[in-house]
Amino acid sequence: MLKINNLKAGIEDNQILKGINLEIKAGEVHAIMGPNGSGKSTLASVIAGKEEYEVEGGEIDFEGADLLDLTPEERAHKGVFLSFQYPVEIPGISVSNFIKTSINERRKAAGLEPMPAKELLKKLKEKMELLSIDKGYLSRNMNEGFSGGEKKRNEIFQMAMLEPKLSILDETDSGLDIDALRIVANGVNKLRSEDNATIVITHYQRLLDYIIPDFVHVLYKGRIVKSGGKELALELEEKGYDWITKEADKKWA
Amino acid sequence: MSEKKQQSEDELLEKVTSTEYKYGFTTDIESDTIPKGLSEDVVRIISSKKNEPQWMLDYRLKAYAAWLEMEEPEWANVSYTKPNYQDVIYYSAPKQKPVLDSLDDLDPEMKKMFDKLGISIDEQNKLANVAVDIVMDSVSVATSFKEKLGDLGIIFCSISDAIQDHPKLVQKYLGSVVPARDNFFSALNAAVFSDGSFCYIPKGVKCPMELSTYFRINEAGTGQFERTLLIADEGSQVSYLEGCTAPMRDENQLHAAVVELIAMDDADIKYSTVQNWYPGNAEGVGGVFNFVTKRGICYKNAKISWTQVETGSAVTWKYPSCILKGDNSIGEFFSVAVTNNLQQADTGTKMIHLGKNTKSTIIAKGISAGKSNGNYRGLVKISKGATGSRNFSQCDSLLMGDKCGSHTFPYIEVKNNSSKVEHEATTSKIGEDQIFYCNQRGIGTEAAIALIVNGYCKDVLNQLPMEFAVEAQKLLEISLEGSVG
Repeated sequence: MLKINNLKAGIEDNQILKGINLEIKAGEVHAIMGPNGSGKSTLASVIAGKEEYEVEGGEIDFEGADLLDLTPEERAHKGVFLSFQYPVEIPGISVSNFIKTSINERRKAAGLEPMPAKELLKKLKEKMELLSIDKGYLSRNMNEGFSGGEKKRNEIFQMAMLEPKLSILDETDSGLDIDALRIVANGVNKLRSEDNATIVITHYQRLLDYIIPDFVHVLYKGRIVKSGGKELALELEEKGYDWITKEADKKWA
Repeated sequence: MSEKKQQSEDELLEKVTSTEYKYGFTTDIESDTIPKGLSEDVVRIISSKKNEPQWMLDYRLKAYAAWLEMEEPEWANVSYTKPNYQDVIYYSAPKQKPVLDSLDDLDPEMKKMFDKLGISIDEQNKLANVAVDIVMDSVSVATSFKEKLGDLGIIFCSISDAIQDHPKLVQKYLGSVVPARDNFFSALNAAVFSDGSFCYIPKGVKCPMELSTYFRINEAGTGQFERTLLIADEGSQVSYLEGCTAPMRDENQLHAAVVELIAMDDADIKYSTVQNWYPGNAEGVGGVFNFVTKRGICYKNAKISWTQVETGSAVTWKYPSCILKGDNSIGEFFSVAVTNNLQQADTGTKMIHLGKNTKSTIIAKGISAGKSNGNYRGLVKISKGATGSRNFSQCDSLLMGDKCGSHTFPYIEVKNNSSKVEHEATTSKIGEDQIFYCNQRGIGTEAAIALIVNGYCKDVLNQLPMEFAVEAQKLLEISLEGSVG
């Protein structure tokens, strides 16, 4: 589904990603871990197409198309979804209106008519149940006055509504208490299928107790320095990052 | 900011300036026009062409004499080349039967024009239940629903007809809220106004439909001086809609309208405007000068609510105001003013509290894009006798790009200590983060801006009648096409 080949990117003159290689197949969950400042969020932003990042080399092949040739909205239309670490407020726009616009813009790009109101309502109801969201929430303005947990749940709710092929969860666990974490993780698990894939970006092992990854990668100084199965996350929890970073520093010195 | 980012922003900003005015076209209809220029003779010609009674001619001549003594005001925060008042045509009427028995008799050319504007008269008659009094240039050409309104005693006609058919009402109220010598432009209007709308709602009558007027300038170089007089008698209720679009022109066109509202005891007037005069091209050439005086007076327990969505004109100078004369009367002002390219706007409201326990609310939302300049100017005046009065004002500005400007000039005068005035103001920019967030959800940049702007204007758009709100939303999108901050 996703094949990243020697991706180099940065911001202004500062190169952050120094050659990322990563392959993700449908049905898989990959966790990307690493110490602060290793480039995890940059990788998420570059895949989604945030303009302030300059891509210096490499490809991101997504189902046969190079994402780097596409605008952020075109990537979204193809099924790339980013759950933001810091979701923004859009005053005056209700959650339902935003989701409706989002769904219909995507349908428009595919040459489809807007989703009939009845179908949309049914889907909203279904996904709200899935994520234990109460009704009043739909008429609230996008992220305005939302608590940290509500914001993250709103991200996962949009993910549920948009049914992306590739979901990138950028530090979805940050700022969540254990109950909120469980709700969000449950939502993600319920949305897992054979046809979609998920990248979980996290600093802590905690989230991976709930969302069990197939693969774990350690990102350090802009490179994936170690990959393994889910047991790697546990090892990191126990031993920290030092043993990996020291080795990497030696190798790339 | 990276170079690439800067470049793409520049491209987008450039796109703004290349977005052309969508309503720029002229309709080929024969017009009956008098020569350019203004003199006492011209005032007399206008009056005689309209078969006006002596009192009306006297009123005009007095206003003209007052205008000669006055100077064009310069206090607004706008700069423009003053129009040459001798280079304007003061009267132009389409050469066709002015009043139609049915809308089917409408000139096919004119019908085409309304289609381009997206106004289907037939549909509006049938579906929207709107009585439309269309003013093209200066004379009303079609009036509908007259009979239905007539049964309730409601008078809704052109001001020319009202002068002929209801002289007592016109003589009593014309100039009672905006006297001819109120200001330079109101004096000019009083001297040369060619047509406009008149509306009278009798005691206790709730007008069953939205009353609506579409304005259009059609003759090259024609100044348009509309006059609107709306009287809501005791305990009556009316919602009035005014919408404007103008065709593309190379010379500046002057528009100096006067609107007077009278809300008697317990009456309720809602006056909504969508203004889309031609703003001029990207270099600032052409465009309408919109110098309007709008004012209403509220008697006991009465309410006047102004709602406006202003997207057009090269220069706008407009302050819909309320004189809260009666005790417990209420004045409201809800405004969205958009400026783009080189547009300039100095707009706001005046709330004059005279009666006890009077209340006013001001919600003004400014949006500036391109190299435009938007100003809010408002006066809240609470007189000594207006004890227990309240005002709440909120003035927000939204900037797109870094070449536009926005200013707020609130004037507040409170002469007693039992009244309360609150003022809030914010300035914000559409954030790149907001746009990227929308992009990531599949919403393109143009649509994202439309969405964010709609959210920003929601409090004002909510005040508009349903069908008008949709039109206003479309207009906002057209006006801001391509503008990114």
